[in-house]
Amino acid sequence: MQTLIALVLVLILVPPAVAETIYVSNEQDNTVAVVDRATMTLQSAIEVGRRPRGMALSVDKKTLFVAEGDDNRIDVVDLAKRQVVGQLPSGADPEFFVVHPDGKLIFVANENDNLVSVVDIAGAKIIGTVDVGVEPEGMAVSADGRTVACTSETTSMVHLIDAGTLELIDNLLVDTRPRAAAFSVDGKQLWVSSEIRGTVTVFDTATRAQTGKIDFEVPGIRREGVQAVGIEMSRDGATAYVALGPANRIAEIDTKTFTVRRLYLVGQRPWHVALSDDQKQLISANGNSGDISFIDLENQEVVKSLPVGRGPWGVVIGP
Amino acid sequence: MPTSRIQHVLPGPSRIRLALAFVMLLAGAVHGLAGQQTMVIGYLGEQRKPPPPLGPLDEVVIDDGLQGARLGIADDDTTGRFLGQNFRLQQVILAPGETPAEAVRQFATAGISFVVADLDAAQLLQASAAPGAERMTLFNSRDPDDSLRQEGCRRNVLHTIPSRAMLADALAQYLVWKGWQHWFLLTGPHPGDQAMASAFRRAATRFGARITVDKPWTFRPANGRADTGHVTLQTEIPAATQVGDYDVLVVADEVDEFGAYLSGRTALPRTVAGTQGLVATGWSAVDEEWGATQLQDRFRKQAGRWMLPSDYAAWLAVKSVGEAATRLHSLDPAAIAKYLRSDDFLLAGFKGQGLSFRPWDGQMRQPILIAGPRLLVSSSPQPGFLHQRTPLDTLGIDLEESTCKL
Repeated sequence: MQTLIALVLVLILVPPAVAETIYVSNEQDNTVAVVDRATMTLQSAIEVGRRPRGMALSVDKKTLFVAEGDDNRIDVVDLAKRQVVGQLPSGADPEFFVVHPDGKLIFVANENDNLVSVVDIAGAKIIGTVDVGVEPEGMAVSADGRTVACTSETTSMVHLIDAGTLELIDNLLVDTRPRAAAFSVDGKQLWVSSEIRGTVTVFDTATRAQTGKIDFEVPGIRREGVQAVGIEMSRDGATAYVALGPANRIAEIDTKTFTVRRLYLVGQRPWHVALSDDQKQLISANGNSGDISFIDLENQEVVKSLPVGRGPWGVVIGP
Repeated sequence: MPTSRIQHVLPGPSRIRLALAFVMLLAGAVHGLAGQQTMVIGYLGEQRKPPPPLGPLDEVVIDDGLQGARLGIADDDTTGRFLGQNFRLQQVILAPGETPAEAVRQFATAGISFVVADLDAAQLLQASAAPGAERMTLFNSRDPDDSLRQEGCRRNVLHTIPSRAMLADALAQYLVWKGWQHWFLLTGPHPGDQAMASAFRRAATRFGARITVDKPWTFRPANGRADTGHVTLQTEIPAATQVGDYDVLVVADEVDEFGAYLSGRTALPRTVAGTQGLVATGWSAVDEEWGATQLQDRFRKQAGRWMLPSDYAAWLAVKSVGEAATRLHSLDPAAIAKYLRSDDFLLAGFKGQGLSFRPWDGQMRQPILIAGPRLLVSSSPQPGFLHQRTPLDTLGIDLEESTCKL
């Protein structure tokens, strides 16, 4: 009876328009966990290829692309059917990728081959490659679609690629073992996280000069335990969230002053974070504790952790 | 002389590049040419007779260490491509009985300031004292001897291979964490085995384990691969391990003469750890965590075999120079030598955290893998072993106990 009341309450309180689904790639389970955001419950697990990590939605948000590192391909998941309906070539060992705003292309980092491959989604073929540094990983694309950024972990650089000509525009040195890259909402800045140094470097995209460096001090945790990984930008451009890996924290950063507003204690080893569409909730995928944390950003507290599988890595929120 | 073989290792087959590199080499180890600069790193190795493989799956390797240095050069050079920095390796392999002084002289003449010293302790000390070496940094990528980090430490030597004390401490932490506190220590006859056993004894005392049985291995080295070899071993090993109760058999057999015969044959059903079985090591082919897959794959593609601890240590050495050059935007040897030893230096070594050199003895602090024959079992330091500076300094000789005077 209580369950029924709760269910009715949920149905009343949560209008269908904001119904959102959280997708989490479990790299040790070879699944994508499907979580209902409103009820914060695990719905199902979609069987995908081996070692799923990077994920992204198609522009129409009907499809989820999942990079399968050990299968050298990208799985195409139909979100209505909640199953893999096709595959795209990705080049060797895909870890992270971005869907170009035109909806037609995917840019994927091939970690083992020091390449970025460009995949034509409709034709399901690789139409170009770009040589980058050793172990490319993080990928980002500017909102205007002109520039693709790729970090290379062992070269410690972010490479800027002209999305049209596939020429390298510039190679910017960043702190050791860069992981994620993210453009600011206005496109004027590029943020790059460094895992080993535990910092975020901010560049001006016009001058390509470094304009900021963010350090993270976590009480009780030594320098080597603070490692910056996934980055998520708020839609209003005022806030950035950075997962701090083995420090088990998510940092909330003021993008104007580059100061850390607060730290959220989440599960163990958060890799990536994603914001809900209403920007009120942040979800972190916690690799070592096998769960996701729900952070209520209005009340500034972690409200729930939910087991989703082994080795949660990527997180995407969709309809 | 000259029995030394000298080769320039270049990352491409192009003859033009070869000629260009050669011209540049004639002018010294650091050159500016149309915005491009070249750093030549030395590799000084020894011809070694590989030990006979104990099992049919063991690979006979004759180029361990060198292949790691080559991969380091390839990695440095890929990064350097974006910064106008080129990296090359100049290698000298000493013949048996040959001393390293002439090789050091050749390196000095070529303007080389950084040398991967893939040498045993005695040769390393000779190399570090040879004329010209005072202006170089030698990276010990081979010898785990603790005395090289203690009274035998040298100002111009850094160590990328873990010391025996680090390996023993790493294993001890894991065994204690497991609650396997009572050890049966079985030690081989060679000086390295004895030194490893001393490190295990020290580690037991440090971390609260007890060596309940301490025995030398006195059987002759056997050839277990003879037909019916297992029959002999099935009789010998239970006899050799017929002792009072213990939790784990810790074996010190660095040359791999008998340790591998122990698992599955001990009188009591116990785990074997140490130099065989559950091993503590700087690197293992079974590791694929912290991005290690990529390093393992690159290495296998280049060398056609698994990456060994000596390969990894040589890779660390070359990569350290590259990392310093990247951070400094410079190939200035004096600046690089200084930066390597500074607090700011932090190398990404595929072990989940940054690696750096201890200022008191030049040892690279690093997590130590606890590896099984097919899979990674753990990595030390273990949770709960705390330290006032960094948990990595719970492994090996700490500042307060160091007798090194640099």
